[in-house]
Amino acid sequence: MKSATKPGPRWGRWIFGAALIGLMLFTLFPFYWAIVASLTSDAALFRDPSLWPEHLIFDHYRALFTERDFITPIRNSLVVAGTTTLFCLVVGTLAAYALARIEFRGKAPIMAFILAVTMFPQISIVSPLYLLLRSLHLIDTYPGLIMPYMTFAMPLTVWVLTGSIRQIPKDLEEAAHVDGATRRQSFTRILLPLAVPSLATTGILTFIYCWNEFLFALSFTLGPERQTVPVAIALFRGQYQVPWGEILAAAVVATAPVAAMVLVFQRRIVQGLTAGAVKG
Amino acid sequence: MRKTSRLGSEARLGWSLVAPALSVIALIAIFPLGWTFWESLHLHELRMPWLGKPFIGLANYAEIVKDPRFWGALGHTAFFTVVSISLELLIGLFLALAMNRVFRGRGFVRAAVLVPWAIPTVVAALLWRFIFESQGGIANALLVRAGILDQPMVWFIETATAWVPVILADVWKTTPFVALLLLAGLQNIDLTLYEAAAVDGANAWWQLRHITLPLLKPAILVTLIFRTLDGFRVFDLIYVLTGGGPGTSTEPVALYTFNALLQNLRFGYGSALSVVIFAITFGLALFYVRGLGVRLGGEES
Repeated sequence: MKSATKPGPRWGRWIFGAALIGLMLFTLFPFYWAIVASLTSDAALFRDPSLWPEHLIFDHYRALFTERDFITPIRNSLVVAGTTTLFCLVVGTLAAYALARIEFRGKAPIMAFILAVTMFPQISIVSPLYLLLRSLHLIDTYPGLIMPYMTFAMPLTVWVLTGSIRQIPKDLEEAAHVDGATRRQSFTRILLPLAVPSLATTGILTFIYCWNEFLFALSFTLGPERQTVPVAIALFRGQYQVPWGEILAAAVVATAPVAAMVLVFQRRIVQGLTAGAVKG
Repeated sequence: MRKTSRLGSEARLGWSLVAPALSVIALIAIFPLGWTFWESLHLHELRMPWLGKPFIGLANYAEIVKDPRFWGALGHTAFFTVVSISLELLIGLFLALAMNRVFRGRGFVRAAVLVPWAIPTVVAALLWRFIFESQGGIANALLVRAGILDQPMVWFIETATAWVPVILADVWKTTPFVALLLLAGLQNIDLTLYEAAAVDGANAWWQLRHITLPLLKPAILVTLIFRTLDGFRVFDLIYVLTGGGPGTSTEPVALYTFNALLQNLRFGYGSALSVVIFAITFGLALFYVRGLGVRLGGEES
């Protein structure tokens, strides 16, 4: 192809820019619309939805915390996601250290096994977990959610953390070994401080997965007492019609912390997500 | 001699550090999997406790084979997976190529696309459900205003139109993840290849077809495997958006199994469905890894 006929850079850049802006609008519009609608009265919303609202009201947010007890699902989600994340981090760090730094037979199969577990469908263990939790009287309790959450949180934590620790240079630890430091010392004094950012990123990822989980929380809770945020929002019911204003207000409240975390830690989260997934 | 004993102690240390995590996974994920299979060989109706829990061999599986609702659900799942993943790969590839360039506002684009990925699927589904509501939905309002529709339509009452918000919502939520995986692959491509090609007068399209896509193939395959397995277990999105309806015409296998288990309390049959879903997922993963030679990371290079 002659250079005269090939698309000029200006032309290419136009298409590229327009497509990118279109995609950005597609990405951001639902958020914009949810925020606008959550600040609009139901009457105005159903009469003639307008992209540019005139009267902003906070009634839906107020109703969320006065008429409905939206604090309870938030507390439930925080307890369940927080406990699961902490436990997985503690146990997962040991495993990730071994998988990233110690040479031993069986490592590759272990990694393959962990990856396989992260990929199997949650629905395939709902029935035994339900029967198990029921016989232990753990349906509709915190442990009754935390235990099932380990099934996806533990492999995820170990996998991401291992990938992340592998990217930390070994030099300092090797130098310490030469100087006679024990494994325990090089782990606690050298690697652990260096791994704090990895731990934070992994913790955020695990927390987000737990915060968003729906199937287990729906299956293993019975009522509003122990429901997590996603379940509470999905099961919102009004007396006469779907309370869209409140649902969207709840959606904004449930999304805000996650969105904030993602925006602040964007770079690290991307690294954590892709470190294990794509081989360099 | 000393060397071998040292290696032995290293191995012991390695295994003892991995043991707690592995036993947690074995106890709460692998053991229940075996239990599901055992359960699937029984008649177990929690609604009818007087029936007890007799062993019925493979009768539940025989029922699945003759169950039109299961085959329907399998079809819906496959349809959903294929359509949404194709769109996600296309758009994701474009986004990845875009984010790999340097332009003003790149940081903003990267952060913005990550937010849909990070929010609860339930919330994403609700946002799209609201957009496509027949009463007060903005999609109807905009389409009527633009003259494409004469009057507001009820999207969720017919199968064909009910899929539109479902697919859109999934594309909206998951394309960022796809783009990020592909971007990670793009960043591993040696830039000097492009410089050499440019010197030889190759245009952007040639470079995309002969350098980028072949070298991106491993990343594309990894993305494909993650997304296929994800698509096959779709639950939250459809539970909230259509509830599997109208009727059961958008019901995926995971939702059918959930209904069999927790709506109808048919634990034997539901467990058999769970085993079948697991087997299909496992088969797909095996096909990708063996058949297409996908190499998943994890081993040190």
